[in-house]
Amino acid sequence: MSAAKWKKHRIEEEALGKQLDSKLFKRLIVYFKPYKWYVFLAVLLTVVISALAAVRPRLTPIAIDDKIANNDFGGLQIIVLILLGTLIIQGAIQYGMAYLTSWIGQKIIFDMRQKVYKHILSLNLKFFDNTPIGRLVTRVTSDIEVLYEVFSSGLVTAFGDILTIVWILYFMFSLDYELALITLSVLPVLVIATSIFRKKVRESYRKIRVLVASMNSYIQEHISGISVVQYFVREKKTKEEFAKINQAHTNENKKSITYYATFFPVIELLGAISVGLVIWYGGGEVIQKSISVGVIISFIQYTEMFFRPIRDLSEKYNILQTAMASSERIFDLLDTKPQVVDIKNPVELKSLKGNIEFKNVWFDYNNEDYVLKNINLKIKEGERVAFVGATGAGKSTIINLISRFYDVAKGEILIDGVDVRNYRQQDLRKNIGVVLQDVFLFSGDIGKNISLGHEEISDEVIYEAVKNTGLNNFIQSLPEKINHPVNERGTTLSVGQKQLISFARALAYNPKVLILDEATSSVDTETEILIQEAIQKLIAGRTSIIIAHRLSTIQSCDNIIVLHKGEVKESGTHQELIEKGGLYYKLYQLQYKNENIIH
Amino acid sequence: MKDLFPLIKYLKRYKVKLFIGFIFIVISISLQAVYPLVIGSGIQSITTGKPEYPLYYYALTSIILILLGGFFLFLVRQNIIVVSREIENDLRNDFFSHLQTLDRTFYNTHTTGDIMAHATNDINNIRNMLGPGIMYSIQTFLRTAVTLAIMFSISSYVTLIALIPLPLISLLVYKVMKLTYSRSMNVQKSFSDMSTKAQENFSGIRVIKSYVREENELKDFTKISNDYQKKNLKLARMQSYSFPMMFLLTGLSVILVIYFGGISVMKGEFTVGNIAEFVMYLGMLTFPMIALGWIINLVQRAAPSMKRLSGIMETKPLVADSEETDNTILSEKIEGEIEFKNVSFKYPDTNIIILKNLSLKIKKGSTIGIIGYTGVGKSTLISLIPRVYDVTEGEILIDGYDIKKIPLEILRKSIGIVPQESFLFSDNLANNIAYSSDNLSEELITSSSKIAGLYKDIIGFPEGFKTIIGERGISLSGGQKQRTSIARALYMNPKILILDDSLSAVDTKTEEEILKGLKDAMKERTSIIIAHRISTIKNADTIIVLNKAEIAEQGSHYELIEKGGIYYDIYQKQLLEEEIEEAD
Repeated sequence: MSAAKWKKHRIEEEALGKQLDSKLFKRLIVYFKPYKWYVFLAVLLTVVISALAAVRPRLTPIAIDDKIANNDFGGLQIIVLILLGTLIIQGAIQYGMAYLTSWIGQKIIFDMRQKVYKHILSLNLKFFDNTPIGRLVTRVTSDIEVLYEVFSSGLVTAFGDILTIVWILYFMFSLDYELALITLSVLPVLVIATSIFRKKVRESYRKIRVLVASMNSYIQEHISGISVVQYFVREKKTKEEFAKINQAHTNENKKSITYYATFFPVIELLGAISVGLVIWYGGGEVIQKSISVGVIISFIQYTEMFFRPIRDLSEKYNILQTAMASSERIFDLLDTKPQVVDIKNPVELKSLKGNIEFKNVWFDYNNEDYVLKNINLKIKEGERVAFVGATGAGKSTIINLISRFYDVAKGEILIDGVDVRNYRQQDLRKNIGVVLQDVFLFSGDIGKNISLGHEEISDEVIYEAVKNTGLNNFIQSLPEKINHPVNERGTTLSVGQKQLISFARALAYNPKVLILDEATSSVDTETEILIQEAIQKLIAGRTSIIIAHRLSTIQSCDNIIVLHKGEVKESGTHQELIEKGGLYYKLYQLQYKNENIIH
Repeated sequence: MKDLFPLIKYLKRYKVKLFIGFIFIVISISLQAVYPLVIGSGIQSITTGKPEYPLYYYALTSIILILLGGFFLFLVRQNIIVVSREIENDLRNDFFSHLQTLDRTFYNTHTTGDIMAHATNDINNIRNMLGPGIMYSIQTFLRTAVTLAIMFSISSYVTLIALIPLPLISLLVYKVMKLTYSRSMNVQKSFSDMSTKAQENFSGIRVIKSYVREENELKDFTKISNDYQKKNLKLARMQSYSFPMMFLLTGLSVILVIYFGGISVMKGEFTVGNIAEFVMYLGMLTFPMIALGWIINLVQRAAPSMKRLSGIMETKPLVADSEETDNTILSEKIEGEIEFKNVSFKYPDTNIIILKNLSLKIKKGSTIGIIGYTGVGKSTLISLIPRVYDVTEGEILIDGYDIKKIPLEILRKSIGIVPQESFLFSDNLANNIAYSSDNLSEELITSSSKIAGLYKDIIGFPEGFKTIIGERGISLSGGQKQRTSIARALYMNPKILILDDSLSAVDTKTEEEILKGLKDAMKERTSIIIAHRISTIKNADTIIVLNKAEIAEQGSHYELIEKGGIYYDIYQKQLLEEEIEEAD
C-alpha cells in the first residue's frame, strides 16, 4: 500500500492481446465448417450491401443533372423511386445479415462451449485438485464469449468493409479518376491519424484497465480487511492511498479524453479538406464543362461514406488480437488429456460381487511423500469394514483408489480378482456407491438430488429410499414433498437433513459396494438416531467400506483397519483391538470423548 | 430524477469549467452550422458557372470553419468531459472515505461483492450520464436549434418535409436502447446461470463422477447454454433491427429532400446548391437525434445508481464518537484495567443472546485466558472492547472510563488485536508489521518480529522484510501469517493485547517460544488470550471458560483441572490427541 506498490500495479500489464497466430487462427476457422453455407450466404449479402451502398450516391448526380436540371419531373420520380427501392432493399438485407451473422456466431459459440464443457467433465480428479474452479468457469464462460465477436460479425463484416472500400473506389474512379485521386489524397493522412489514435487509445485503455484493476483490488482488499483498518485506526492513511490511485485513474482518463478530443476534429477536418478539394478542383472542371455538378455532390457523399469502414477495420483487428489470447487458453485446456484412462479392451463388468484386495499399494498425490505405504488388505464380499485413524492417516485416499479416481503408484488393487485398471471406469463406478463426508447438493429439488437425474430412478424408488433413510417425516412435512427446492449448496437444509439426502441418494442407486465417509459434524440427538438407523439400512446386504467416526458404526463392523501415517497398524474386530490396548484403544477413547462433548 | 439531486453539490464545484464548456459548445456549433452554407453556395456558384469568388475561397473558408469548430469542440471535451471525470473522482473518494467509517453491523449485511458493484458500476453509470450526457444534451439542443433555424430560413417547406423522419429516429433509439437494455439484462442473467451451473458442476465433480452422471450434467448444461443462446438471439434481433432502421430513416430524409427539393428547383424556388446544403444539414441533425434517445437512457440508468449510492452514503455508523465522547481522555490515561459490568449482548436485528449479564474484572498487567467450545461467543466478547459492536446492556470500563466516552481513536490505539483470521495486506512484510504507524522504525519492526517468533523466518527470505506477501508476492504459511499479525499488534506498543486464537496454526514448540517472549513484553500490559489449545493459556493468571453465554468456570489452570468440569474435559481430549499424533 505504499506508493511503490500501486506504481507496481500500474506497470504490471495484463495480456491485452496476442499477435495473430496462424495456427490458432486455423484451429478457430474449423468451427465455421458446419455452417459454411450460412457463412457463404452472409458473405454474399455483404457483397450486395456494399454494392448497394455505393450505388446510391451514383444515382444522385443522375437525379440532379439529368432530371432536376432538365425539369424532368417524371424522370425525377423514377430516380427517387429507385433510390427508395435500393434504400429499403439495403435496409432489409442489412437486417438479415446482422441477424444471420449473430446466429452463426451464437451457434459456433454454443458448439464450442459444449465441447469444452464435455472435455472438462471428462478430466480426472487430479486435474480438479490442481486447477482453481474459477479458472475453469472462466474458460467455459467469458473466454468463449470473447470469440463471439470473431465468429459473428468480426470476419464477415471486415470482409464487407474491405468490399465497401473497393466499391467506393471503383465508383469514384469510374466517375472521374482525376477528381478521385485528388479527393483521396487525404487518405494516407487519415490512415496514419487513425492508426496513431488507435495505438494511443489502446495504450491508454490498457493503462486504465490496469488502474481500474488495482483500484478495485484496493477497494476489495480494504473492505475485506476493514476490521484491521479500523482496529489500527488507519482510516485516514487508507483514504489518502486510495485517493492517489483514484487520481492516477482520473489522470489517465483525462489523457484518453484528449486523444478523443483531438481525433474526432481531425477526422472532420480531413473530411472538410476532401470536400474542399472536390469543390476547388472539381468546381473548376465543372466550369470548364468537363464534369457535372451532380458528380461533385456524389463525390461529397462518397467522401463521407469512405471514412467509416477504415475506422471499423482497425477495430476489427483489435478484436481479433483479443480473441487470440482467449482461444489460446481454450485450446490449451482442450489439449489437456485425462491421466486416468480406460484401456483399449476393458474387462466387461455387469455386476460386481465385491471382493476387494489391495496388494502392496503405494500412492502419492503430487509426486511428494507417499500417502499410502505398502498397503495390503482384503475385503470379502458382503463384509463390513471400517477404517479408522487420525486425520491424514490415508483413509480418504483408500476410497479414492477403489473408485479409481487416481491410479496407484505401485502395486495393484483387485476387485473380484481383476485389476481395477482393466475395467471401464464408468462400469466400476456404477457398482460402487459413495457417500462423502461433505455432502454436496446441487441446486434443483430434493428428488433430483437423490436421483441425480437418472432415468431409471422413478419417484417410487426415491420415496422408498426416503423412507429407508428416515427422511420421510421431513419430506412429508414439506408442501412440495420431494419437489421441495434446494438452493445452491443446499444452505437452507440442516446438516443432518443433507446427510440423510446423500444416504437416500446412495440407497436409490443400490450399489454392490458402498463406501461411506461418515461426517464428523455434530447434529442433535434425534437426528443422530436417524442417521444411525439409516447407516445400518445402507450397509445391510452389501460390501461396505466405512471411514467411521461413530462408535456404534465401528463396533458393528466385521473388521476394523487402523491406519496410521499411511500404513496399516492394526486390524481386527472391535473387541480384539480394545483388548490389544494399542492405537485403536486411544482412538476409541478420543471418539468417545468427542461424542460426549458434542452432546 | 430527484434521485440525482445529490449531484448538484458536485456540479457546483466545477461551475466555472462547465460554463466555459457551454460557451465553447455554442461557438463550435455556430461555426459548424455555417459550413454547409459555404459548401452550398460554392456548389451553387459552380452550377451557375460564374463564381462570385474564386473557388479556392469556398474550399479554404469551409476548411477553416471546420478547423476552428474542431478546435472549440476539443476545448469542450477538455472542459465538460474532464469535469465528469473529476466528479467521478470526487464521488469515488467520498464513497470510499465513507466506507471507512462504517462499522461491522454494516459489513455484516453488505457483501464485498455488492459494495464493489456500487464502487464500479454505479459510479460508472453516473459518470456516463454526467460527461457524455451533459455534453451531448447541450450539443443536441443547440445544434438542432441552429441547424433548424438555418434550414427554415432557406426553405421552410422543404425543411418540414425533410424533418418528418427525424423525431422517429429519437423515438426509435430510445425504444431500441430500452429494449436492448432489458434484453441484455436477460442475457446477463442467463450468463450467470451458466456460470453458476459450471461452478456447481466443477465443485461437485466427485459426486458426478462417483455416480457416473457426466452425461446427464452435460445435458443440463446444454439446456442452459441453449437458453443463453436463445436470449442472445433475441437480443440480436433487436440490435440487428436498430441500425438498418436508423439508416432507413436518415436515407428517407435525404430522398425526401431530393424529391421535394428537386420539384422546388424546377419551380425555381430552390437551387441545386440548396439541395447539397440540406443533405449536409440532415447529416448534422442525425447524430443529435440519435444522441437524444441515448441521453434519456443514460439518465434512466444513472438515477437508480445514484439512489443506491446515496443510500450507503447516508448510512450512519452505529459505533462512532458522539456527544458522550470525553475528549479530555488522552492515551496517557489508559493503563489497561478492563471491567465488564453486567454485559449482555445480542447482534443487532437478531434475538440470539450471545452474552448474558457477564461481569469480569481484568487487572492491569495481568493475563487472562478464554476457552470454550466453538461458537460460544469468545470472539464476540473481545470484539466489544475495541467497540466493534456496542454492548446491548451493561457497560465496559477501561481504567474506570466507560469505553463509549473514550474517543474511538484513543481507545483503538490502546488495543493491539490479533484477529482470528490473520488478514494481511498485499504489501511487504515491513509495511505490514508497521501498519499502525506512518513511520517505519526498523528497530521496532525487528524487536516485535523477534517476540512474535517471526524474525528467523523473515531473514530466511531473500528479500527479508521487503518481501511482498499475498497475491502478488509469496504466500506465507498459516503460522507465519499469525505471527506477522502478532508482530503487527506488538509494533503498536498497546496497553492491551488481545490474541483471538492467534496461535492455532503454529506448532506447540513455537507457541511456547512466542508465549515466553510475550510474557516479557507484556509485563506492563493487559493481555487477553482466546485459545482452543489448553497449552496456549495454561500459564495465564486467570482462565475463564465460556459456555452458554455465561462464564461457566473461572480460575487458574490447576484450579480448573481439579474442578473436573468442561475445562478438564477439553484437557483430557487434547492429551489423547497428542498421544495418537506421537504414536509410530
